[in-house]
Amino acid sequence: MQGSVKYTYPEDGFYGNFGGAFIPELLQPCVEELRSQYLSIMADPSFLHQFEALLKDYVGRPTPLYYAHRLSKHYQSHIYLKREDLCHTGAHKVNNTIGQILVAQRLGKQRIIAETGAGQHGVATATVCALMGLECIVYMGEKDIVRQAPNVQRMKMLGAEVRPAKSGSKTLKDATNEAIRDWINNPKDTHYIIGSVVGPHPYPDMVSRFQSVISQEILWQLKEKTGNENPTRIIACVGGGSNAAGAYFHYLERDSVDLVSVEAGGLGVHSGKTAATSQIGTQGVIHGSMTLLMQTEDGQIVEPHSISAGLDYPGIGPMHAHLIQSKRAKVVAIEDDHAVEAAFLMAKLEGIIPALESSHALAALDTLDLEPNDINVINLSGRGDKDLATFMQKGEHE
Amino acid sequence: MNRLQALFKRKSGHILNIYVTAGYPGLHDTEPVVLALDKAGVDIVELGIPYSDPLADGETIQDSSQQALQNGMTLSLLFKQIADIRLQSQIPIVLMGYFNQMLQYGIPAFIKQCETVGVDGLIIPDLPVEIYQRDYASIFEASSLSMSFLITPQTPSHRIRTMDEASHGFIYMVSANATTGSNIQISTEYFDRIKDMELNNPRLIGFGIKDRQGYDQACNYAHGAIIGSAFIKYLASNGLDHIDRFVTNIRNQH
Ligand SMILES: Cc1ncc(COP(=O)(O)O)c(C=O)c1O
Repeated sequence: MQGSVKYTYPEDGFYGNFGGAFIPELLQPCVEELRSQYLSIMADPSFLHQFEALLKDYVGRPTPLYYAHRLSKHYQSHIYLKREDLCHTGAHKVNNTIGQILVAQRLGKQRIIAETGAGQHGVATATVCALMGLECIVYMGEKDIVRQAPNVQRMKMLGAEVRPAKSGSKTLKDATNEAIRDWINNPKDTHYIIGSVVGPHPYPDMVSRFQSVISQEILWQLKEKTGNENPTRIIACVGGGSNAAGAYFHYLERDSVDLVSVEAGGLGVHSGKTAATSQIGTQGVIHGSMTLLMQTEDGQIVEPHSISAGLDYPGIGPMHAHLIQSKRAKVVAIEDDHAVEAAFLMAKLEGIIPALESSHALAALDTLDLEPNDINVINLSGRGDKDLATFMQKGEHE
Repeated sequence: MNRLQALFKRKSGHILNIYVTAGYPGLHDTEPVVLALDKAGVDIVELGIPYSDPLADGETIQDSSQQALQNGMTLSLLFKQIADIRLQSQIPIVLMGYFNQMLQYGIPAFIKQCETVGVDGLIIPDLPVEIYQRDYASIFEASSLSMSFLITPQTPSHRIRTMDEASHGFIYMVSANATTGSNIQISTEYFDRIKDMELNNPRLIGFGIKDRQGYDQACNYAHGAIIGSAFIKYLASNGLDHIDRFVTNIRNQH
C-alpha cells in the first residue's frame, strides 16, 4: 500500500502521541498473541481470498457509491453517498467482524466475546459467529439492553448469549470493561472482537485495515464516476471511529482531500450532555489506549450523551485523536435534533432512511462552506430501521 | 530508604500486605482502617485509589470502588487522609491506582504529592513495563517512591527480568491469570519457577488469597502475601469493629 506512516499505520502502536497498549499484565498474553500474528495472518493469500469472498457474497460488497441528485440540488454541491447501509446486517460493522472472525479461527479460538452499545456491533458479531459455528457472548450495558430491545432479540435469534454489564454506569464503556475482564479470565480459547478502532494496539490498526475496504472502493468508484479518485472532502460520523477510519484510509496521506469527522454534540457541546469527545475531552487512557476522552478533573471517566447509541462513547480511536490534534481532520459537532432533521430530509429527498449515527454526518453539510463544484463523499454508515422509534417520537414534533 | 525498603531490610519473610479501597466503606474510614491494620500487626497497607473503570479488578473491588466514588472520594482527599495517618503511623503505604488518574493529576505533581504526604510505593496495573521504561522511569526513579510490577504465570522470563530491574519495592506475583477475587487454581510449579529465578526484589503473592492456608502457602514460596477482596468482603459484612480478628484469622500476632 502507498503512503508514509504519518497517519495510516501506527509506529510501535502509537499514532503520534496516541495509542499504545496500556493494559494490565494479565491481559498481555491475549493481546501479545494477537499482536504478534495479525499482520502475517492478514497477509496470507488464503485469508485474503476468504475475506474478499465473504465480503462479496455474504456482505454484498462492493457497496454502491450513489450520486444523490436531489440532495445535491438541495445543497448546491455534488454529494455522493457511500452506501454502507446496504451491507448485510445494515451497517459497516460487519466488515470488521468478518475479518476478525477469520483471524480468530486462524488463532484456533472457539469462543468469541464482544461488547456492544446500540447492539449493531453485537448483531454483526453474532452473525459471523453463527456463520462460522462459534460460541458467542455479547456484553451489553444493563441500561442498553432495555433501550435497544430489538437488537437484543436479533442477537438471541442468531444464537448469541447477551450478558448484562452491571458495573459502573451500565452502558457501553462498562460492557467493554466486562468483555476485557472476561478475556483476562479466558485467555486460551477466547478471541475478543472489538467493534471499533479503539482499545489496545493492535486493535485500532487491525480494525482500520478491515474497514479500509470502504475507501478502497471509493477510489475506483469515484474515478469511474468523475474521472478523479479524489473528492474535495470525505465526511463521516465518529463514535469510536471505525466507519470514518475505513472511509478515510486510502486518503489519509492525500492532503488535498479534506476529512470531516462528525461527533455527537448531544444537547450541546457545553451542555454537560454530549459525546463531543475531541472538543471537551482531554488526553488520557481508556480501554487500553492513550487518546482523547471525557473525564473529570480526577480522571474518572464521564458518561457521554447522544441520541444515537452508536456515538455514545466517552473516548475516540487513537488514530482520530492524532488526526484531530495534527489538524489533518476537521471536527464538527452535531446536536441531537439536527441529526434527526437531517434524517428526515434524506428520507424525503432520496428515499433512504439513514441510521441516527450516519445522520450526524449528513447534518454536517449544513455547517460546511460548500462550493458548487465540490465533490462531497458522505459515508452512510448504516440504515435507520433500528432508530424508527426515535424518529417517530421526534417526528411528531416536527 | 523509604518505609517499604526498610521493612524488607528488616524482615525477610511472612510479610502481610492488606489491600483496601480508599474511602471505603465510608468516606472517612481510610484512616481508622489503616490504623487498625497497623495495630493488628499488618506489615504493608495497599490503598486503592477508587476508579470508575478498574479493568483488572473483579466484582468485589469494583463494587468497593464504586461505593467509594459515591461517597465522594477523590485523590486530593486521599492525600489529605494519608497525611493524617502519618501523624500516627509509620506503616509502609503503597498506592494502587490506574494510570489515567495519575496522568490527569499530572505525573510530576502526583509523585511530589506522594512524597510529601508519606507514600512509599506505587502499583499501576495498566502501565506496562515497556511504556514505563520508555517514557516514565526516569521521573519515577528520581523520587523516593518504590515501583512494583505485576507478573502472572504467563509472563515470560525475559519480561520478568525487565520488571525486576524496573521494580524497587517488590514483585507482585499474581497467583493466576484472572481478575482480582476470582476462585483460582494455584500452581506451585509457577511459584517454584519464580523462586528459582533469584530476583533482586522480594516477592509477594496476591489474587485469590483469603485465609490462613493461602497465606501460609504464599509464605512457603515467597516473602509474603497480599490480601484484597477477602478483606473488602470482611469490611462489608463486619464494618470496622473487629479488623484485628480478620488479621489473627490469617496469622498469629507477629
Ligand atoms: C450505523 C453506525 N454508524 C456509526 C457507528 C459508530 O461507530 P464507529 O465510529 O466505530 O463507526 C455505529 C456504532 O454502533 C453504527 O451502528
